[in-house]
Parts: sequence; structure tokens; C-alpha cells
Amino acid sequence: MTKNTFQWTRKHLIGLRELSRQELEFILDTAKGFEEISTRSIKKAPTLRGKVVVNMFFEDSTRTRNSFSLAASRLSADVIEFTKKSSAVNKGETLIDTARNLEAMGVDIVVIRHNAGGAPALLARSINACVVNAGDGFNEHPTQALLDVYTIRQMRGSLEGLKIGIVGDISHSRVARSNIYAMTKLGAEVTLIGPPTLMPAKVRDLPVKVSYNLDDVIEELDVINMLRIQFERMGGNPFPSVREYSHFFGLTVERMQRAKKDILVMHPGPMNRGVEIESEVADGPNSVILRQVANGLAIRMAVLFLVNQASVQG
Amino acid sequence: MKTLLNAEQITTTVECLFDKIAADLKPESDLAIIGLRSRGEVLAKRLGRKLEQKFGHPIPNGTLDITLYRDDLNAPRGGSQPTVRETEINFDVNDKFILLVDDVLHTGRSVRAAMDALTDLGRPKAVRLAVLVDRGDQELPIRADYVGIRADVSPRESVKVHFVEEDGVDEVIVEPAETL
Repeated sequence: MTKNTFQWTRKHLIGLRELSRQELEFILDTAKGFEEISTRSIKKAPTLRGKVVVNMFFEDSTRTRNSFSLAASRLSADVIEFTKKSSAVNKGETLIDTARNLEAMGVDIVVIRHNAGGAPALLARSINACVVNAGDGFNEHPTQALLDVYTIRQMRGSLEGLKIGIVGDISHSRVARSNIYAMTKLGAEVTLIGPPTLMPAKVRDLPVKVSYNLDDVIEELDVINMLRIQFERMGGNPFPSVREYSHFFGLTVERMQRAKKDILVMHPGPMNRGVEIESEVADGPNSVILRQVANGLAIRMAVLFLVNQASVQG
Repeated sequence: MKTLLNAEQITTTVECLFDKIAADLKPESDLAIIGLRSRGEVLAKRLGRKLEQKFGHPIPNGTLDITLYRDDLNAPRGGSQPTVRETEINFDVNDKFILLVDDVLHTGRSVRAAMDALTDLGRPKAVRLAVLVDRGDQELPIRADYVGIRADVSPRESVKVHFVEEDGVDEVIVEPAETL
């Protein structure tokens, strides 16, 4: 048994791009210790007692927001829910002023989701509280990618050498970007799969392979992560019809028959059943989609714990 | 650095600890053992094996990580950071007679944290504390029920227990405390 002398020093979690492999692994190892809390009769630990966490969500979310809320509550923090709809942002207040006002009330950790990429980084430079990115524009969604790699590690032991396909709307997906950073740093080989119109412009700069045909690569994948088509973020017509998209890139029962028997099927949610994934596959034996959601709690508890520790010790 | 117990002395001390516990236990008590990470865990496993041999039936044995319950999480400690590890208690603690096991009893703060963590898992019938070394200087009203040895150690020194399972050697040493 090796002594862990690693020190976590970041009081913000903005993205996975800047994290080292060691930092990623430290978060995953820490999260393991939080899994058990959710299995007890009293699902609470006093770790963040007296701390205040604000959930600032400028975009809709059910999974991520509730997961952060519950993670903070399970660590005994007080949680303030902030949504754009019911706030003074509608009266013209800027993001930083809103955050500074919340900070003046003694907020320790700000969890932020924003439609503008870079908003969490801006906030981290402007306030003293810890900042955790819960998804910013097309940029990153670090806790989602962390729970994805955590789930893969839980099922397979390690990501080293695994072939992972990320399918769909890559260009609009912050999940894909964070996934690419985390998975490649942990030793997996990532292939992005989708129509050319949904690939990011600078895909060649990423340490990934690209395929425009799911059928070419499905047989060799160990893990497949199906992304939702983000109709709300799309301009123009990236593909002729939803039906055609499903035909070429949907994960169907028929395609699953050509995949490895133990392929892990993942989806960050929300799912469009019948579009990118057939119901039988989403609910089938290879699906770890609900396990991802459960693991999200442990990951978010670990992240809240670590940023707070870095802030206290820093 | 001086050696408080060598490998042979550890074996006899654990034996002696086991005798005290065994003499005290009623056969009908629904015993379970919980060790504190990480040296308490090793001691708990060793005591568990002996108790199972004596009573001739399996005794649930679990491990508690107290990091999330520490009372110094919000106190700056000069950059030293606690590592969260897993709590592995795969049995129901309700109505059990719990033997809590740790390597060294000093301030009593770890035991306080362990009792809080245990309470969040359920309501044991009773909780007893067994330690290999009681070095005194408790800062909380906590005393051990079963003690291997009592050691008179200066507050400027720290007692380190090493076990073969974790460190490759069985020994208890006293060394100057790391300055914060």
C-alpha cells in the first residue's frame, strides 16, 4: 500500500483541460470514499457543516442541479438555489455583481452553469469563493466527464487502452470536450463519430480519431457515449432530417448486435429516445446510464470537498 | 527514534488484548468489529481472526474512514491534506455489540469522529474501544475499554504503529512529532 502524499491545491474546478492525470485520478479516488454515504440509512456526513453552496444556474438543468444540491446537502452544507428566471439578472445585474452580492452573504462555494463559455473562469478571477463549473457554453462540463470516467473505471478497472466512441453532436457538446480531456489523459483511445457538420472546427488539434460512419467503428469499441442532439443550440440544418440522423448515428438494437458483447453504453442525459438511442438499448443490459447518475453524486461530493479543503488550506 | 514494541512484543500485546476482550465477552452478545483506517483496520482483522477461532463462528469485520467526520477539516494545517478513503462496513450495525479498534489512543478526537460516523450508520447496542497503545493526554472524555500497553510519551513525541500488512514490519516506535 502506498502512502498518498498528493496535495490537491485547486480551489476552483473550471475545466479538465488544465488538470493532470494525477489530479484526475485523485478526484476519482476521493469520490470512492463518498459513494458509501448514499447507501446508508442516514445519508449525511458533517463535512461541510456551516458552509454555504450556491447553485447559480443560468441554463435549464435537472440532473446536474439536483445532483449538486443533493451532494452539498449530504455533506451538511446550506444550499441556495439561484435561477436566472427569478433573479435580479432580469433587471440588468451583471454576473459578477450578482456573484459578489451572494458572496457578501457568506457564500463559500459557487456552482455555476452558464450559456457563455468562460463564465466560470471569469467568476473565479472576480470573487474569493470557490467556483465549480457545472457546464459553460460549448466549453466544458467537468463533473459530467469525471462521473463518466469514474463509471468506466468502476466497470473496467482502468481506462488504459480502452477504445471509446463519442457519438453525435460533438461541436455543441461541452460534455464531449471534457470527456476528451479526461479520457485521453487516463490512457483511453477516443474516436469522435458523427456527421462532418457536427464536428468541431479544430478537431485535428484534439488527440482523437474521427469517423463519419458509426458502422465502420462500432465493432471495436469498448465504450460508446451517445450524445444528445442539441436542437436548441443549432443554427441551420446540420443534417437533412432527424430520421436520417437516427438511421446513420442512432444506437439501435441492430447495431448493438455488431458491437462487443460487453460494450458499455453511456449517455449524459437528457436522452431523446428513438433519436440517438433506441429505448431497448438505453434500458438494456449494456447500459450504465443510471449508474452514471448515481456516480455523479459521489463525484460532486468529492469535488465540493476538495475545493473547500484547498480553500481552507490555501 | 526509539522502539516501544518490537515484532515479538506486538504479538504478545495483541494476545494479551485478545485475552482481555475474550474474557469480557458474553457468548450471546452479537459482536461485530470495526477498525479505524488504516492501522486500526489491521489490528481489527488480527483480533477478529482470533475471536472467530475462539467462538467458532464468523464475526462481521468492517473498516471506518473518519476523514469526513474530523473536527479539524476547517482548521488550516499547514497544507497537510486529509485523504478520503472508503468506509467498508457490509453489515447492519443496529443492535450489534461493536468493538471499535484503533492503534493508538491519544487526544480521543479520532474516536469521537468514529462514534459520530458509526451513529450515522445505525444504533449499535453498545460500543467498546480497544487500542494497542494508550499514550494518555486525552483532550476529550474518552477512555479505552481494552488497552494493550500504556505508554508515557512526551507531547513532543509521536507514537507510530507499523504493521506487516501495511508497512512490511511489525513495530511500535516513538519519534519526534512532525512540526506543523
